Amino acid sequence: MESHKQLQFKTFVMILIMIIAGPLGNVLLGKGMQSVGTTTIASASDLGHVAGRVFASSAIWLGVASLLTFFVANILVLSWADYSFVQPASSMAYGVVALMSVFVLGEGVSPLRWAGIAIICLGVFIVGRTNPRTTENR
Amino acid sequence: MFKFIYFFLIVVAGTAGELCVSRAMKETGEVKDFRPAAVVRVILRALRVKWMGIGVGMMTLAFFALLAVLSIEKVSFVVPVTALSYVAGALGGKFFLGESISLRRWTGITLVCIGVTLVFLGKG
Repeated sequence: MESHKQLQFKTFVMILIMIIAGPLGNVLLGKGMQSVGTTTIASASDLGHVAGRVFASSAIWLGVASLLTFFVANILVLSWADYSFVQPASSMAYGVVALMSVFVLGEGVSPLRWAGIAIICLGVFIVGRTNPRTTENR
Repeated sequence: MFKFIYFFLIVVAGTAGELCVSRAMKETGEVKDFRPAAVVRVILRALRVKWMGIGVGMMTLAFFALLAVLSIEKVSFVVPVTALSYVAGALGGKFFLGESISLRRWTGITLVCIGVTLVFLGKG
């Protein structure tokens, strides 16, 4: 029988992986897609050219790898924890992505947007303080 | 107009996909062995659950919408807007997974919506 502490520990590790790999993947994809530029697809050959440019970017591939890591951690934690617990707990990613946007991509983030991100984090923190399991195991 | 369609796909298809994956993983059973081969076996077992296929399909749709919108908007704007998925997630949790949503949880969700609005207003 698994102890409560072991369950908490593996949940913490999986969510930690999620809040690092998820934002990292989004930032890398953002960097990759911005290097590709605005895309206009009017024909099949346009689609081929755009796909070629997208998949020639190493940032895109690293972003996809990060998001795959996020996805695996996500499905593993969902095998024992509630969706309504995992979703709010992974909200720390919003703060991480804002910091990465500033320090990695060099994007400006206005005070109002920082306030919005802070309120989002507060909201999901409150959601996370509710009972993590409200249904029986299937 | 396209931006709204992209955001709609990211929020609705993405959340519906996660809810389906959550249901599939509950049917697969709790993971206790984290060696790579065991993890691969769990993923292969999960892939045989119908909800996993549906979920991954929806999440793929959301992923391509995310790629498209990232080419025209900043990451620090796109990602917080996807916080609307908390509302979709709460509704999906209630009606699809049978979770009960308390007043405290709805309060948190309301704060998320306010935060998302501020992110929009702060777009400048």
